[in-house]
Amino acid sequence: MEISYFAIIIGAIFVNNVVLAQFLGICPFLGVSSKVETSLGMGAAVTFVMALTAVVAWSIQTFILDPLGIGYMQTIVFILVIAALVQMVEIMLKKVSPSLYQALGIFLPLITTNCAVLGVAILMIQKEFNLLQSVTYSVSTALGFGLALVIFAGIRERLELDGVPAALKGTPIALITAAILAMAFMGFSGLV
Amino acid sequence: MLRKEVKMNKLNIILRGIVKDNPTFVLVLGMCPTLGTTTSAMNGMGMGVATMAVLTMSNMVISLIKNLIPDKVRIPAFIVVIASFVTVIQMLMQAFVPALYASLGVFIPLIVVNCIILGRAEAFASKNGVVDSIFDGIGIGIGFTLSLTVIGAVREMLGSGAIFGMPLGISDYMPLVFVLAPGGFFVLGYLMVLFNKFIKK
Repeated sequence: MEISYFAIIIGAIFVNNVVLAQFLGICPFLGVSSKVETSLGMGAAVTFVMALTAVVAWSIQTFILDPLGIGYMQTIVFILVIAALVQMVEIMLKKVSPSLYQALGIFLPLITTNCAVLGVAILMIQKEFNLLQSVTYSVSTALGFGLALVIFAGIRERLELDGVPAALKGTPIALITAAILAMAFMGFSGLV
Repeated sequence: MLRKEVKMNKLNIILRGIVKDNPTFVLVLGMCPTLGTTTSAMNGMGMGVATMAVLTMSNMVISLIKNLIPDKVRIPAFIVVIASFVTVIQMLMQAFVPALYASLGVFIPLIVVNCIILGRAEAFASKNGVVDSIFDGIGIGIGFTLSLTVIGAVREMLGSGAIFGMPLGISDYMPLVFVLAPGGFFVLGYLMVLFNKFIKK
């Protein structure tokens, strides 16, 4: 499969942005992103876990599931791998880098149920990427996630100061903001 | 007399899932499939029914085995139960409704990480009896299906001028954007406003 790495990167960050075009990872997008700093933390944690998941999930699919012909176990195996990886990252960070753990700590358990992680693992297998392409794809997807999160948090920080009508407060205004943001990102379509 | 009261309770469990605990508009859970699959009324309904099936069966099994699972590993155990049922549904859909399966795509395996299902397992099925858990799954499932169908119908009507695939003869004048990503956010946002304004009170 001949896909240039540049196309994968631009495609995953801008054109098919994971949150605004593919609707994956909406829960943390709506829940976490009310401050720019926490969004950066969440973005970093997701990037880290997604890169690891790409390597492990790709290896499992290629070396275990495919040779044994048990591709149907994909969903069960991948979700367990992600849950275990998140646990492992949490434990390791606690020992190796307590300061980073402090910064990312609260976001890590949330990542297991972030559908973007499982979604990307399944999509990269579907697209038949090789290992390097898979890692490129998942890291750029995670960067796209972080980008959307940070832009959105910036807008929401401003929104809090404005008088929003009662019925629109909370999730509705966030969704409408996301709609306008998604429209802006549609401008990238056709780039790749 | 007593029997009637029990029956009322079951009905209440179901009704609660549709309005008071509506997973989409009140609890705001499971947003990814809600936005990702509602490009048409049919897709939304298909996703809703698939989720309801997984939710009902996982609720049933989890409430059956709740006393066998050690408390510390209950979340991974729940996830394995849910993932197994998702795999079953995935295979059934692939075999019997291949067109729907293709259009829902990656969102079928992603039912595993739908917060509604793990949420109900943790909040309801792990504390209640089998029958109640099944009814809870059906109730929340119907609530989810209805919400998805409504969102899908609105998007399909505004975006492609059709409903459940039947053209209304106005398709040339409709803005396609409602079927695309921004339309999903818009429609869900404004439906939520209407729900807050007229039903939640």
